[in-house]
Amino acid sequence: MAALKPVSPMALASPQRCDTAGVANPEAALSRRFLYYMSLMREAEDRIERKLYRQGKIVGGVYVGRGQEAICVGAGLVAAPQDVLFPSHRDLGLFFIRGVEPREVFAQYMGRAGGLTQGRDANMHMGDLNRRIVAIISAMAAAVPVAAGAAMALKQQRSPNIVFVFFGDGATSRGDWHEGINLAAVQKAPLVLICNNNQYAYSTPLDKQMACRDVADRAPGYGIPAEIVDGNDAWAVYEATHRAAEHARQGLGPYLIECKTFRMTGHSAHDAGDYVPKDRWQEWGAKDPIVRMEQLMLERGYASRQQLDDLHAEIRGQVDEAVAWAEASPFPDPSTLTDNVYEPAPAPAPTVEKA
Amino acid sequence: MQVTYLEAIRQGIWEEMERDPSVFLLGEDIGVYGGAFKVTAGMLDRFGEERVVDTPISESAIVGAAIGASFMGMRPVAEMQFADFISCGFDQIVNFAAKCRYRWNAPVPIVVRAPSGGGIHGGPFHSQNPEAWFVHTPGLKVVQPSTAYDAKGLMKAAIRDNDPVIFFEHKALYRRIKGEVPSADYTVPLGKATIFREGRHLSVITYGAMVHVAAEAAEILEQEGISMEIVDLRTLLPIDEETVLASVRKTSKAIVLHEATLTGGVGGEISARITEKAFEYLDGPVLRIAAPDTPVPYSPPLEEAFLPNAGKLLEKARWLVRY
Repeated sequence: MAALKPVSPMALASPQRCDTAGVANPEAALSRRFLYYMSLMREAEDRIERKLYRQGKIVGGVYVGRGQEAICVGAGLVAAPQDVLFPSHRDLGLFFIRGVEPREVFAQYMGRAGGLTQGRDANMHMGDLNRRIVAIISAMAAAVPVAAGAAMALKQQRSPNIVFVFFGDGATSRGDWHEGINLAAVQKAPLVLICNNNQYAYSTPLDKQMACRDVADRAPGYGIPAEIVDGNDAWAVYEATHRAAEHARQGLGPYLIECKTFRMTGHSAHDAGDYVPKDRWQEWGAKDPIVRMEQLMLERGYASRQQLDDLHAEIRGQVDEAVAWAEASPFPDPSTLTDNVYEPAPAPAPTVEKA
Repeated sequence: MQVTYLEAIRQGIWEEMERDPSVFLLGEDIGVYGGAFKVTAGMLDRFGEERVVDTPISESAIVGAAIGASFMGMRPVAEMQFADFISCGFDQIVNFAAKCRYRWNAPVPIVVRAPSGGGIHGGPFHSQNPEAWFVHTPGLKVVQPSTAYDAKGLMKAAIRDNDPVIFFEHKALYRRIKGEVPSADYTVPLGKATIFREGRHLSVITYGAMVHVAAEAAEILEQEGISMEIVDLRTLLPIDEETVLASVRKTSKAIVLHEATLTGGVGGEISARITEKAFEYLDGPVLRIAAPDTPVPYSPPLEEAFLPNAGKLLEKARWLVRY
């Protein structure tokens, strides 16, 4: 199999590729990056959920962030390269922002050796310490205490870096979430907490998840600030995250952002989401974060329709290429099954051959 | 220098903190108070509150934070005030810490200290021996020393190890056992059992406080002309199968002894490995001696009946030798 030349998302998202008029305009440039990463995430997840899964090429679970792309992209572009990210399972955009190649993601979903976990775990259960991304476990809120500990360590090391942890509304019901935030708050650890409040945890709506109105209501109980933002507006998420990050970097401790959004899909690819009232799909479908970003860019003259269409075409090409690479990628060798449960013992000293 | 088992653990932690600035401690009441058993006494004054972190009562957050800090290059030592409370941090240990290396190549060099065991009238929630839960979890290392020398050497090795280690400290040994501990730096390797006492007629395979029960029984058996070998496992996961099998091949008779309850305990695993791999050497059934399958009772006569002791071992050893 011929190795494909790696495609740099940053190159694709660079102002030159999408706009020649507004290079000097930082808002235009950032809008293009929002649009690029949101669209790449949407295209990749559409391909995963609506094609590869249905073709039987992905044998395990598929959990996508359709309609929620503005949250991970808006927040992710605030993070400095050495800040530490703890994505939830609906934050694929964070991986692309950190330079993970789409082909690694497709290979991950297909259980191939070229995936980020080399076939050892599925779907969004992936991470890479070199890219400062920590992999989730299925019990989502478990990431919060771990993120708190990473933040405590950064503080102890006098690092300028901070930690971002992402989770859904359902995760806020688990004890781990509360324990982790409480510890981080007591320790004034530099932790930004970002809630994807998509209003459903599997089939359970928010009013059966909690009796308070907003997830943000939980913050005063831990003595930390919180704000609520429109989770379908990448700019709003970006600005709120910027405030939160400043708060954390100044040593003032954790900060919670509740992003109101809607899960425009079932819990997973096997779930049609029949329990969601139809008018809610319509209501939130009209607030699509990608369409909104395009409208903003067109209105402000950050891009022409043709340039936007070209960008989407380029992303589709990038995804086609990545899927082809992943499909041609080998499965892991079963002889590696028991490798790396523990650190391998150091190799014995080589025996000297007698002359 | 003769020191207690507790002091040996304290020295092991202290020396590693002096040696490596990435080592830090977190747990409940470990700083100002010096820990419920005083294992961390004096450490707050020496190392400061960033390296000796008094936490909220949140076992899950304690273990989780240790994991997260380890991703940032630290070597955290987390204390569960009693091993009984480790269940509150179970998910972090078995689902997060144990699986990261295998899943995504992320080492988790943490130590979770867990004061365990009965004989102190602690009742059902301050006496348990939950090691088998963790022995059933690939990716963890599980340690339980029986002597001061091993306690210090294993603690230092555990802190330096690049995998998550659950370190059980038997509370009844803390101040009861004393031993010689070198002042120079040393470690005791994880994953290696030791022959605590040599013998010829039967092997007792055990660990933790039960090593001393076995030693008491061995003295009495010696008077009767029965020579009992004691294998101290020291590390329960990974199990040092070779040392166990070598002893059984020599003596041809084996008893597995532990303080934890019988069903699903470590003894079943050891027994199975002996029968699978040394069957032709055996001159009798592999016996298990363990606590009965009940919660740990509080009242002294009940707890005494619950705990394995030298009398129970003597009875089975004499029977097995005659078999």
